[in-house]
Amino acid sequence: MAQTPTAATFDATLDAHGHAAAHDDHDHKPRGFWDRWVANTNHKDIGTLYLIFSGVMFFVGGGMAMLIRAELYKPGLQFFDPAFFNSLTTVHALAMIFGAVMPAWVGLANWMIPLQVGAPDMALPRMNNFSFWILPFAFTLLLSTFFVKGGAPAGGWTLYPPLVLQSGDGFPMAIFAIHMMGASSIMGAINVIVTIMNMRAPGMTLLKMPLFVWTWLITAYLLIAVMPVLAGAVTMLLTDHFFGTSFFSASGGGDPVMFQHIFWFFGHPEVYILILPAFGIVSEIIPTFSRKPLFGYEAMVYATASIAFLSFIVWAHHMFTVGMPLAGELFFMLSTMLISIPTGVKVFNWCTTMWRGSLSFEPPMLFALAFLFLFTIGGFSGLMLAIAPADFQYQDTYFVVAHFHYVLVPGAIFTIMAGVYYWLPKWVGRMYNMTLAKWHFWLSAIFVNVLFFPQHFLGLAGMPRRIPDYGTQFADWNMVSSLGGFGFGAAQLLFPYIIWKCVKSGPPAPAKVWEGAHGLEWELPSPAPYHSWQEAPDAAVLAHGAEH
Amino acid sequence: MMLKSGSMAAALGAGVATLTPPAAQAAWTLNMTPGITEVSRSVYGLHMLMFWWCVGLAVAVFGFMIFSLVKYRKSQGAVPDTSIVHNTKAEIAWTVIPVIILIGMAVPATRTLIETDDASGSQLSIRVTGYQWKWGYEYLDNGVSVLSTLARDSNAARQLQSGIDPKTVPNYLLNVDHPLVVPAGVKVRLLITAQDVIHSWWVPALAIKKDAIPGFVNEAWFKIDTDKVGLYRGQCAELCGRDHGFMPIVIDVRSPADFAAWLKQQKADQDAADAAAKSAAVATS
Amino acid sequence: MDGGQQGQVAANRRLTWKLAAFTAGSFAFGFALVPLYSVLCSITGISRNENLTRATTQLEQADPNRLVTIEFMSILPTVGNWEFRPLVKSMQVHPGQLYEARFVAHNLTGHAVTAQAVPDLAPAQASLWFHKTECFCFTPQSFKKDEERVMPVRFYVDRKLPEHLDRVTLSYTFYNLENPVSRVAAK
Repeated sequence: MAQTPTAATFDATLDAHGHAAAHDDHDHKPRGFWDRWVANTNHKDIGTLYLIFSGVMFFVGGGMAMLIRAELYKPGLQFFDPAFFNSLTTVHALAMIFGAVMPAWVGLANWMIPLQVGAPDMALPRMNNFSFWILPFAFTLLLSTFFVKGGAPAGGWTLYPPLVLQSGDGFPMAIFAIHMMGASSIMGAINVIVTIMNMRAPGMTLLKMPLFVWTWLITAYLLIAVMPVLAGAVTMLLTDHFFGTSFFSASGGGDPVMFQHIFWFFGHPEVYILILPAFGIVSEIIPTFSRKPLFGYEAMVYATASIAFLSFIVWAHHMFTVGMPLAGELFFMLSTMLISIPTGVKVFNWCTTMWRGSLSFEPPMLFALAFLFLFTIGGFSGLMLAIAPADFQYQDTYFVVAHFHYVLVPGAIFTIMAGVYYWLPKWVGRMYNMTLAKWHFWLSAIFVNVLFFPQHFLGLAGMPRRIPDYGTQFADWNMVSSLGGFGFGAAQLLFPYIIWKCVKSGPPAPAKVWEGAHGLEWELPSPAPYHSWQEAPDAAVLAHGAEH
Repeated sequence: MMLKSGSMAAALGAGVATLTPPAAQAAWTLNMTPGITEVSRSVYGLHMLMFWWCVGLAVAVFGFMIFSLVKYRKSQGAVPDTSIVHNTKAEIAWTVIPVIILIGMAVPATRTLIETDDASGSQLSIRVTGYQWKWGYEYLDNGVSVLSTLARDSNAARQLQSGIDPKTVPNYLLNVDHPLVVPAGVKVRLLITAQDVIHSWWVPALAIKKDAIPGFVNEAWFKIDTDKVGLYRGQCAELCGRDHGFMPIVIDVRSPADFAAWLKQQKADQDAADAAAKSAAVATS
Repeated sequence: MDGGQQGQVAANRRLTWKLAAFTAGSFAFGFALVPLYSVLCSITGISRNENLTRATTQLEQADPNRLVTIEFMSILPTVGNWEFRPLVKSMQVHPGQLYEARFVAHNLTGHAVTAQAVPDLAPAQASLWFHKTECFCFTPQSFKKDEERVMPVRFYVDRKLPEHLDRVTLSYTFYNLENPVSRVAAK
C-alpha cells in the first residue's frame, strides 16, 4: 500500500488511510460546484479562478481599447460623446491594471509559489479565497458605474482633482471598488510573504529560490507599502467631495498637486508591481529554453531589490510640468535615470544566459524573447522621458502612451501569456496546440508593434493624450495604430481557444514538460496533484529540482 | 464619410481606400519640432542626444541577442555551456559603464533645466488662465484681455457625426478665434493659472508645457527668435473634462513694433467697449 | 502539555502582546500626526505658501541699490458676481522696506456673502523671501449686499532675495465661500 517515495512518485499523496492517490483528476477534490469553486481554499483552484477572472477582464479592458481605437481611427468624432470617450480611457486603464495584470500575477503566484518552494498550499488559505472573491464584486461595482447618472468616472485612471470631483454618481462607487481591489491585493501580498518566509522546503534557502518566487516576494513588500497610500489618497478625494474637507482645493488651503504627490507615491511602485513578476517568469523561461542556468542569479536578485527600492524615490517624474522647484525636478530626474542601471543589468544577464546556450523556440520562449526586445524599447523611451526638460515636450502626449504600453503589453501581458504557455501543461496535464500558439505569438508580436510604435511619432508630432479627436496631421499614424489595434485584439481570441482546446482534448504531458526545465514544480507529475508536497521534498528531490 | 457604429468592415474598407495622406499639414511626421527659441532648440538637442544614445545601446544589446538567437540554436546543433553561470567582473562593468553614460546625459540635461527656470529680465508679463474649455490671456501691464476659444469651423466639424470632413477645415482643432499675440525678440513671462480644474498650457514650438492649477500661479518664460514671426499652435495637455481635446492654443508672433501697435489698438477698442457697456448699464438702470 | 508546547504557548502570548502594542502604537501615531504635520512643515519649509499666510513683525534696513518689481494679480474663480482687483498693478520696491498694496472687493451677488482670499506667489521659491506684516488672506470676510471694501496687504521683500529674481507676482484668488469651486463642469 504505502509506496517507497522516489523522486518520480514522491508526490503520491499518502492520506490518513495510507492510500496512495491516483495521478488523475479524482484525487480528493471537493465535490459540488459551491465547495469546489466558491468556498475552496486550494491554491491551485484559487489560482485558476484568478487567471480566469484576469482573462475576462483582459477582454473587457481590451474591448474598451478597441472602441477607443475605433474612434481614433479617423479625425472627426464618429461614435462617442467626448465624455463617454474619457470614461472609456479611464475604465480601460483601471480594468487592465487592477483587473487583468494584477490578478494574473496573483493567480500565477497562487499556482506556482507553493509548487516551487515545496509547500502544500499558501500559508493562509481562507484569506486567499477571500482575496479572490472580493475582485468580482469590486469590478461589478466599477463597471456598473457606466449605467448610473453621470456615467463611469472620466477623469483618467489617475483620478486627479479637481476634475475627478466633477464626476457623477459613479464616483463613490469607483472609490469603493478601488478600496476593495486594494484590500484584495494587500491580503494577497501578506499571504505570499508569509508563505515564502515560513513554508519553504528545508534546504531551500532564500538564495536557492526560483527567481519567480524572489520577484514575487519583493513585489509583495511593494504592495503592502503602497496600496494603503492609494487608499488614503482616494479616501481624501471622497471626503473632499462629500464631507467638506479641502485637502486638494486651494479655497480651503489645500493643493491639487498634493494629490498628485500622494497618488504617484503609490503609482510609481505600482508600475514596478506590474512588472517585477514578469522579470521573474522571464528569468525562468529563458534558462529553460537555453538549456543553461540563469546567468548571475545573485546579481538578478540584487538588481530586483534595487529596482524596488529606487521605485520609491522617483514618483514626481510623472509631475515634471506641475511647477515643482528646480531642486525637486533635478532630484527626480537623476533618481529616475538611475533606475535604468539595475534594469540594464537584468537585460544583460538575460542576454548572457542565452549566449552559448542551446536555444529552442517554443511558445513560452517566443513570448519571453518578445518581452526582451520590446520591454527594452519601452525602457529606452522611459529613459528619454526621465530627462525633465525633454519631458516638457513628451508629458501627456502619445509618447508617454507608447512608452507605458510597450512596457505593459509586450512587457507584462506577453509575460503572463508566456507563463501560461509555460506552466499550463503542468496544471492540466495536457499539451496545447503549439502551432496555434505560435500563430497567436506572431500575430500578437507583429500587431502590437503596428499598434504602439507609431504612437511615439504621434507624441513627438504634438498629439496630446486622452483626446477623442485630433488635427488632420495626426491622421495617418492614428489610422495605422488603429489597424494594429484591431489586428492585435482579434489575435487574442486565439488564446482562450487554445487553452480551452488543451483542457478538453490535449495530448498528455509528462512531468518534465520542457527538456531544459529545472525547479521543484517539474518534479511533480502533470497535472500536479490536487494536494501536492503534503510532505516536504527531501534533499535528493531538492537537489534534482535545483535551478542553479 | 459618416461611419455608424457596427460597420467595422466598412470603416476598414474606407480607411484603406483613403490611406493617401491628407494635404495641408505634414503627415507621417516622425519627430519633434526644434521650435523657435534657444531653449526649444536646447530641448530638441537633448531629445536627439538621448535618442541616438538609445539607438546605439539598442543596436549593441539587440545585436548581442540576435547573435545568440542565430548562432546558438539547438536545431543547428548548439551544445549549451552550462559552466557560464556568473561573472562578477562583467556585472561590475555593465553597472559602472552605464552610470558613466548616464552622467554624460545628465550634465546637458541639468544645464537646460536650470535655463528654463530662470525668468529674470523679462519685459512683458502675460497671465494665462485655463477654463473649461478655453484659454484667457491678460496683458498685465495694461489690462488688455482676450478669450481664446476653438474656431467656429473646427467646432462645427468636431461635433459627433457632424457630417463635415475634417480635412476641409483649415488647421482643424488647432485654430482659435483670438490668438495670443506676442512679440518676437522680447523675453516674455507667463503667469499660468486656472479657473476650475487643472489644465496645461503647451506650445511645442516654445517647448513650454506648464500646468494651470486653480488657486496657484505657475511661471514660465520664452524669448522667440526675431526672425520667427508667424502663427504657432499648441493644445491643452492635461485632461480637464469632456472638451479637453478642443481647447487649442495659437500664438501670433509679431515684430515688437507690430506687437506694440496691436496692443495699443486692443486697449483702445477695449476701453471703448467698456465705456459703451457702462453707459448702456446706466441707461437701463 | 509537554515543555515544547508550553514554550510555544508562552511564545504565542509574547507575540500577541507585541502585535497588540504595535497596533496601539500605530493608532497613536495616527493621532500624533496632526501636530507632527505642522512641526514637519515648519522645519523643512515644504509648504509652498506657509510663509505667505503668516504675518511677520521683523523689519530690516532698506537696500537702496536694488529694485524689485512686484506685480499684483487678482483671480476670481467663483462663477458669480464679484469685482476683485488690485488698485495698483505693480510697484517697484527696495528690499527691506515696508510697502502697502491694496485690493478692492465688491460684492455684486445681490445678498450678503462670506468670502476668503488665498494668496500665491510666482516664482514659488520667492515665497521664502516675501514677508507680509499684515494681510487679508485666509480669514473669512463677510460682505453685506453690495458692499465694497478695500483690503490692504503690507509687505517687504527680504534683502536676501536671490539676485536673479527681479520680478515677483503676488496673486490672490478670491473665493466665495458659498460656492468656492464649480462642482459641475460648464456645459
